[in-house]
Amino acid sequence: MSDGTVHAIDVRNAVKRYGTFTALKSVSLSIKDNEFFTLLGPSGCGKTTLLRMIAGFEDVTEGEIFLFGDEIEKLPPNRRPVNTVFQNYALFPHMSVLENVGFGLEMLGRGKAEARKRAGEILEMVQLSQFSGRKPSQLSGGQQQRVALARALAPQPKVLLLDEPLSALDLKLRKAMQLELKHLQRETGITFIFVTHDQEEALTMSDRIAVMSAGEMQQLGAARDIYERPENRFVADFIGETNLINVIVKSKDGNRVLCGFENGLTLTCDAVPGIDVGQSGHMSIRPERMKLQQEQVEAENFRGTVIENVYVGTDVQSIIGLDGGMRLTVRTQNSDRGKARIFEPGSDVFVDVEFGSARLLAN
Amino acid sequence: MAGGAAGGGSTQGDTYKEVRTWLLLPTWATLSILVLVPVLLMLVYSFLTKEFRGGVIWEFSFAAYDQFFCDRGLFGDEPCSIEWTYITIFWRSIWQAGLATILSLFIGFPTAYFIATRPAHVRPLWVFLITIPYWVNLLIRTVSMRFMLREEGPLNNVLVWSGLTDAPLQMINTNFAVQIGLFYSYLPFMVLPVYAAVERYNFSLSEAAADLYASKWTTLRRIVLPAVKPGVIAGCILVFVPSLGAFLAPDLLGGAKNFMIGSLIEEQFKGNAGNWPFGAAASMILLSVVLIILTIYARQQARAGGKER
Repeated sequence: MSDGTVHAIDVRNAVKRYGTFTALKSVSLSIKDNEFFTLLGPSGCGKTTLLRMIAGFEDVTEGEIFLFGDEIEKLPPNRRPVNTVFQNYALFPHMSVLENVGFGLEMLGRGKAEARKRAGEILEMVQLSQFSGRKPSQLSGGQQQRVALARALAPQPKVLLLDEPLSALDLKLRKAMQLELKHLQRETGITFIFVTHDQEEALTMSDRIAVMSAGEMQQLGAARDIYERPENRFVADFIGETNLINVIVKSKDGNRVLCGFENGLTLTCDAVPGIDVGQSGHMSIRPERMKLQQEQVEAENFRGTVIENVYVGTDVQSIIGLDGGMRLTVRTQNSDRGKARIFEPGSDVFVDVEFGSARLLAN
Repeated sequence: MAGGAAGGGSTQGDTYKEVRTWLLLPTWATLSILVLVPVLLMLVYSFLTKEFRGGVIWEFSFAAYDQFFCDRGLFGDEPCSIEWTYITIFWRSIWQAGLATILSLFIGFPTAYFIATRPAHVRPLWVFLITIPYWVNLLIRTVSMRFMLREEGPLNNVLVWSGLTDAPLQMINTNFAVQIGLFYSYLPFMVLPVYAAVERYNFSLSEAAADLYASKWTTLRRIVLPAVKPGVIAGCILVFVPSLGAFLAPDLLGGAKNFMIGSLIEEQFKGNAGNWPFGAAASMILLSVVLIILTIYARQQARAGGKER
């Protein structure tokens, strides 16, 4: 709020401890109004804990949480104007779909008739009108998921919290729901905070992503920033696939440095701030940012041999052995129209790294 | 091929059915010998003539039921007017048992809820603690409750010592003492099934309700109770039915004035003063009332279930 705008959610130095175990180590972040924001990380990273603290299911050990400028971390969950889509949906089994969706409005004192009318409208929006009389147990997983979504949207929350809502769905349905969620978010204009461990899901849906690990925020940024400019080794490794190589900084010119490999090769890379000549770090190169070719075109092309090709449908992943036992994974698009060629195992090749795509990270 | 598969399936089904019949035989035999035969025996006995030193004479008679419902004057030769003695005892039994059930529910439900919400590894300990007193015979426990409640007993001592009362209260030989005895005897029968139900309850439903602006009380009423209802009903039946037929608590704590139907029946079969047909008739009446109550309840449930569809 220091910049004058009121954020949907402001988390300030939030800490969560369970006895001696610290689940969340002082996290601060601001989520803008009307944003699709994702908390991404492996299980146990504290992302769900943070979401539950915003919802009010977990006490905040230290720190503050603001919702559109109002301090909320001491309020019980039923007095926070946010709603949650639960991982296991948590639909009320003894109530019909319509009663489930109308429950929040009824609790807000809108009256049964109005609650039902509004619930009917929301069900129409998620295309479940014909199921309104059914019990949750009579619906498929995907339908239950939509009911959970409709139930959380019905009271028109200021912020919608989604706790891995798609994890129980099969791949096809999950892809469809990702798009539907994204559309719903745009239509309703409600701020979504989405928790997931699936980096692809995060990249697909989010305006901004906070990558978390071991109770700390590792990086916060737009999907493209997170993927293309990871700030540390964890983020580079967790988001997408990458080649991580131990290097030493040979020389430095601004944020462009010359990295030396253990086998004596060198490569120009972008570096995160704060790395000096002589220091070691990890260099990250995405497999799709490299190209295999027959001839050496540039000085920084590495010579190697194709060890193995792995067919993954859209691409072919080639494992390349370089001098000194180093290995690189290179992805080549599985298309004749692409410029890059796929080489058979055993072929001698040169690896061309796209300029500006190698990134030196702090250890 | 389809026909062959179907044929094979049915053969397999027959074998399965046969095996099932044989395996169920011990169950059926036990149930018949221990439940059906005694009840039928009671039914038959209730229509026989009493032998004065206990036992029966094999002669058909309505005398037992007549004695229960009809007042025929001092010499037994007047036309039937309603005999209130036994109906009063019966009525007292029903409300005592009902009250014990309600009391057990109000104490037992929070207890069960508390246990079910402890960390998983300490729950068995709590359940064990609840059941510890029940390793001691009910008679012993009821007698010790007599000591607890008597005029110079610990409870009265505390009441007088704390100044809550000036003089010891008359607690023993009252309906109150019977109620305490029933409640104490059957509380675990409420706690255990309710605990089992609450433990299976998905607590994220409570979170969902709170998230949707429901207060704690509303969450309990609208979400938790409907979900654990089968356990609560099982608990109520398990407390109500044995309370209704209890005789130790009314005998030892209630005294002669606070007779319950169980004591009445017990007396008919004890020693030489008994009247077996009358005891059998009272038992049949008790059984009928329990069955009627359970049937009404089952019907209501079926109707409520039908309405929800």
